[in-house]
Amino acid sequence: MSLIEGLNKIFDNRIRLGIMSALVVNEEVNFNELKELLDITDGNLASHLKSLEESGSIKVQKGFIGRKTNTTYSVTKAGEKAFKAHIAALEQMIRSTK
Amino acid sequence: MSEHQQSLEELQHIKKMMERSSRFISLSGLSGMAAGVSALVGAWFAWKRLHSTESETYNLVRIIETNGTRILDDLFWIATYTFIAAFISAFFFTYLRSRKDKVPMFGTATMRLFWNVAIPIAVGGIFLIRMMQNNEFELVAPGCLIFYGLALVNGSKYTLGEIRFLGYGMLALGIMNLYYVSYGLYFWAMGFGVLHIVYGAAMWMKYERNN
Repeated sequence: MSLIEGLNKIFDNRIRLGIMSALVVNEEVNFNELKELLDITDGNLASHLKSLEESGSIKVQKGFIGRKTNTTYSVTKAGEKAFKAHIAALEQMIRSTK
Repeated sequence: MSEHQQSLEELQHIKKMMERSSRFISLSGLSGMAAGVSALVGAWFAWKRLHSTESETYNLVRIIETNGTRILDDLFWIATYTFIAAFISAFFFTYLRSRKDKVPMFGTATMRLFWNVAIPIAVGGIFLIRMMQNNEFELVAPGCLIFYGLALVNGSKYTLGEIRFLGYGMLALGIMNLYYVSYGLYFWAMGFGVLHIVYGAAMWMKYERNN
């Protein structure tokens, strides 16, 4: 049972997993960098970011560089903890099904 | 697909995304080779210029005493052109590779790499310039090798990790050079020329040849 609990539903998607991976190793990453990293459209990225934000895994900072908007994202404490648990569960899964 | 395989693939995806977002991985091996060739050509010009004085010695202070300071200007320009040629050619191949990899050339990862390499190099540069202004030339070549080696070791955390070994090589040559100061130009050519080429070729074989 504990195995399945560790695997977080919210991370059960390639894009969201990619976003979390980038955010846990960087203090903050902006929208355009995430877009280039994951190679997806604005709308697609925005909807995944929204669901991560609603789950409390990431937080959003809106700012400006000159006149252009610069939205950056960073991981929350809860998000980091959940992500680490997710990785640990994946590892466990590999060990147990060998 | 089995659960085992799926979990493994997910972990590999996580690892890849972590690396791509935090390290600048498009540093091309060809850049290393181009910088190495530039350094060897520069060293050859410097060697020719030093030999053109008909002095028996490589000791710059003595050469200046007998031949005047024009040689210093010439060596300065040779060094400047060598640096510019190495920088432009290295930038060119890495730019091509970043385009191919679809990795941003000036993202967060690149800026992080840039600062971590630039700080030891800038401090080293100031140190060496002050040394030359105090008529101390013998330690310039080992100084270049040592500060550049430290910059590479420091920068290796933010790009392909293997560059660390290039840094260790530079440091080893720089330290040896401290004990054989009259062979500065040879150690310099060995480090900036030969080591760059060997490293660049190895990296190209490992990462780029099959793409």
